[in-house]
Amino acid sequence: MVPVEEILKTRMADIRKNHPEVSGFLESHGLIPDDDRLALADYIARIPDEDCQDYGLDKADLIDALGTFLEGLEGLTDGRQTFDVRSVSIIGGTDKSGRPEKINLTLLPGTITSIVGPTGSGKSRLLGDIEWMAQGDTPTGRRILVNGMFPGEDLRFSIEHKLVAQLSQNMNFVVDTEVGAFIAMHAASRMRITDHIVADIIAQANGMTGETFDADTPITALSGGQSRALMIADTAFLSTSPIVLIDEIENAGIDRTRALELLVKKEKIVIMATHDPLLALMADRRLVIQNGAIERVIETSAREKAVLVELEKMDAVMQRLRLRLRAGEEIEGLGS
Amino acid sequence: MRLVTVSGPPSSGKTAVLLNVIRELRKTGKTVGVVKFDCLSTEDDRVYASLGVTVRVGLSGNLCPDHYFVCNIDECVAWGVAQGFDYLLSESAGLCNRCAPHAKGVLAVCVIDNLMGLNTPKKIGPMLKFADVVVVTKGDIVSQAEREVFAFKVRQANPRAKIAQVNGITGQGAHGLATLFAGAPETSSLNGGSLRFTMPAALCSYCLGETKIGADYQTGNIKRIKV
Repeated sequence: MVPVEEILKTRMADIRKNHPEVSGFLESHGLIPDDDRLALADYIARIPDEDCQDYGLDKADLIDALGTFLEGLEGLTDGRQTFDVRSVSIIGGTDKSGRPEKINLTLLPGTITSIVGPTGSGKSRLLGDIEWMAQGDTPTGRRILVNGMFPGEDLRFSIEHKLVAQLSQNMNFVVDTEVGAFIAMHAASRMRITDHIVADIIAQANGMTGETFDADTPITALSGGQSRALMIADTAFLSTSPIVLIDEIENAGIDRTRALELLVKKEKIVIMATHDPLLALMADRRLVIQNGAIERVIETSAREKAVLVELEKMDAVMQRLRLRLRAGEEIEGLGS
Repeated sequence: MRLVTVSGPPSSGKTAVLLNVIRELRKTGKTVGVVKFDCLSTEDDRVYASLGVTVRVGLSGNLCPDHYFVCNIDECVAWGVAQGFDYLLSESAGLCNRCAPHAKGVLAVCVIDNLMGLNTPKKIGPMLKFADVVVVTKGDIVSQAEREVFAFKVRQANPRAKIAQVNGITGQGAHGLATLFAGAPETSSLNGGSLRFTMPAALCSYCLGETKIGADYQTGNIKRIKV
């Protein structure tokens, strides 16, 4: 990334062409430069005082903010600050009655962990601890380590270093634009614009649903299943968060096996709150939460994996029936 | 006493966020008072009172809300000091988006929500740009992608602020926000202090009660639209 001193000497025409992030920054301050020949510093110097008052700008402050903005972006492009997460560890605190939670658990990229337990048992609290990178400073007293240590106070509010990306049944797309334009906007915010990223994400999402959509489909016209599939594919490709938390995605009309495979392939640490047997057994392990603490960790055994094979067969039957219903067929038996 | 000015568009979740932060602050044994600034009416004082929080309400009525705020905040600080609060939180709605109640040396918080649309951070002026902390709410109902793009837009508009995602209903994220409140500077008086940015000027004939429309009736600080 070019330092702010260099950017200030750059002509507006070159900024528009080579530094769209700077144009975006100016635009977000209400500034749309119209003289291509001026260097940025001269353009800023010439903004009339009246406009500064109207937009709420202070010139020196604007340049200072631009410097901070460019420094923040640096972490996205040179990989220096990006989160190289090789493990996330949960070190037990206490349960709701104050008894010690005897747990020291390390989650690795590319693995799936499910969380089970009744409502109010402390599932969200666990997620909150992970998201906050708790250091014994939350009601549970848990500690969360990244790569074996506390990554630092300043990372707790950094948007590039958010540990957890979340996906739940309640989430919707609210933006009013087309799928392709939206993915491109997300990619731009991550400084990850490539020719094929939009097509890749759409192809992956289409692989999870029965009905396909394309880059021109308005995002608000997607069905529930299509939305969920797009959210998963987009998170897999573009979210910087190493952990993906999935809250009850059953009945979403998507191929859940493929969804999880994609996240695992993208080296995400997948955590699912679920009571769906298929999803729970797909996980490598499951955490049983009771009274605010992780009560037990069950590694999915070979016998459970054998049950999973049976469940997958049942699921395949259901999927086929769904496709047949969609195609307008009459259902007189479970076979094809 | 630590003073925190909290602003944000109507219905962005200011009160819900503050209630959760107050719960967190009280767990550490601290006392908190609230001054709610609004325009015509508010029910929020009852909400605070139901939590046992001492609250005062200021309604600006016929006056520009943020001018009303700045003319009264110092009295509120004096009241808070006299009450012996550890924290005084002022809550006000930024109605024209150009205003900001943020003062130098006082922790400034702006609350906005994910549902406002991706261009909102750009549209909100000094209230967002000069805040130390931008709280983003309603993240539980939009996609991860929109949360990330929205946070990026916030940072574009204010690269120096800390961005805190808080769920006003479940309180998720409130603990982290409370630690930022705990780092607010001590304030005993705002007399002689200054705002971080000028407030929008008006003072035209309509400020003085004119109701007739037309060039003949306009005097004072007038600005022309370029159509």
